[in-house]
Amino acid sequence: MELVLSNFDLYLSAFRLTIGLFLVSAVGSLLLGTLLAAMRVGPIAFMSKAATVYITVVRNTPLLIIFVFVIIGLPKLGILFRSVEELGISSFFFRACLALTLYTSTFVAEAIRSGINAVPLGQAEAARAIGLTFGGTMTQVVLPQAFRATVPPLASVFIALLKNTSVAYAFGILEATARMKYFTNISGNDLPIFLIFAAGYVVLVEIISFGANRLERRWRVAR
Amino acid sequence: MTVSDTATSDNPHQPGTDDPLVVLDHVDKHFGDLHVLRDINVSIRRGEVVVVIGPSGSGKSTLCRTINRLETIDGGTISLNGVPLPEEGKELAALRAEVGMVFQSFNLFAHKTILENVTLGLTKVRKTPKKSADEAAMRQLKRVGVAEQAGKYPAQLSGGQQQRVAIARALAMEPQLMLFDEPTSALDPEMIKEVLDVMVGLAKPEQGEPMTMVVVTHEMGFARTAADRVLFMADGQIVEENTPEEFFTNPRSDRAKDFLGKILKH
Ligand SMILES: Nc1ncnc2c1ncn2[C@@H]1O[C@H](COP(=O)(O)OP(=O)(O)OP(=O)(O)O)[C@@H](O)[C@H]1O
Ligand SMILES: [Mg+2]
Repeated sequence: MELVLSNFDLYLSAFRLTIGLFLVSAVGSLLLGTLLAAMRVGPIAFMSKAATVYITVVRNTPLLIIFVFVIIGLPKLGILFRSVEELGISSFFFRACLALTLYTSTFVAEAIRSGINAVPLGQAEAARAIGLTFGGTMTQVVLPQAFRATVPPLASVFIALLKNTSVAYAFGILEATARMKYFTNISGNDLPIFLIFAAGYVVLVEIISFGANRLERRWRVAR
Repeated sequence: MTVSDTATSDNPHQPGTDDPLVVLDHVDKHFGDLHVLRDINVSIRRGEVVVVIGPSGSGKSTLCRTINRLETIDGGTISLNGVPLPEEGKELAALRAEVGMVFQSFNLFAHKTILENVTLGLTKVRKTPKKSADEAAMRQLKRVGVAEQAGKYPAQLSGGQQQRVAIARALAMEPQLMLFDEPTSALDPEMIKEVLDVMVGLAKPEQGEPMTMVVVTHEMGFARTAADRVLFMADGQIVEENTPEEFFTNPRSDRAKDFLGKILKH
């Protein structure tokens, strides 16, 4: 306990890294997931097929395997992300975000697809009838309504993402779980250390839930 | 401009000239094994109001929806202004902007205000600047009598008001043709008239050109007042085609007699 408190800066910087992994991967998987969902419901058969295969394969693969693939497999295939390092970003951090994004986007895509299916067909037909293209129909009419129906499942997906950032610890990234391991290794007394780190995760999860509730309430009033 | 161009563009909106706006030529359509449209041949003049009537499942909605290609067809051709409907993509979207559609269940965009419902097509499809789109939308909302509701959401309006907004949304695009698929059959009886009045106003305007309209409806009053022609459909075919007066008082086919007998009973 004292060990953590006297090294509180280490505790904070570890959670900063956790939050960084979370935020970058959340934005990335929201974008990729929306794209995958749009491909899946879109009119072009092979795109829809490709999205379906990607989602099925990646969603059914353990996250650890995806990490192994991105962090160990890709460099062996000659994909080294040098340009990322030139930007001054740790390529380990980047690869961890990539692995988390590739994985989480499939869950985002499924949540959004169920949201899209909850939007009555007539909405898209009316949009097409006034001359909107597929893209316009999605961005102006279907997705804004789908996102509303998607807030609760997306909140669960993002809470899972927050906790999944801890997998990065296995690859030497000193995020919160890695730091906890470090403290418990040098202290004999694990329980308080465990609790104080668990508290950190609980606070972050509560922030996500709170944000989701606010969004849900605001969108309910707005119609 | 060549001489022949000048000749054909002479008086393009004159109804009654032999200048069809929409032509369906040997149109066929299946849903799986079900043959829903069988060899449909129809030509609709500019300014003409055509009412489509017939028993449930006869293919009226499908016919209406093929005209803006919300349903594809398996055989034959449909053309607007002599040009066959495009297959997919940007051109099809551009064509749909020229064809207004009003649905049985209104289908107003639930997350947008009444005003935004009407301006969306103008700003995103016609690329009209917001200010003039707002003005044009308000003009249309006034025309259908729901201007005071502009800031509300669809769910806050009555069915009759929602359907009038849906008409305004289609009119704002200044379409060449309007399709109506049973626009009053989801409405409570006291609201039917306010919607039909708006439609009669389009068909027989006090000033300006009449709108070309295809209306699937069982409202005989509307057909008698506003329609130039009635198409009677059964089993995917156009069984009978006549003026409203002739059709309602003197149907020729047994199918039509039978059908009218049923709807006149209640
Ligand atoms: N998307 C679809 N898939 C399969 N069958 C369909 C589809 N849409 C319509 N049908 C069938 O095609 C036939 C014609 O349907 P349509 O909706 O055009 O009839 P309608 O004349 O408009 O009937 P109603 O008066 O009930 O609206 C019906 O038998 C219907 O069940
Ligand atoms: Mg119908």
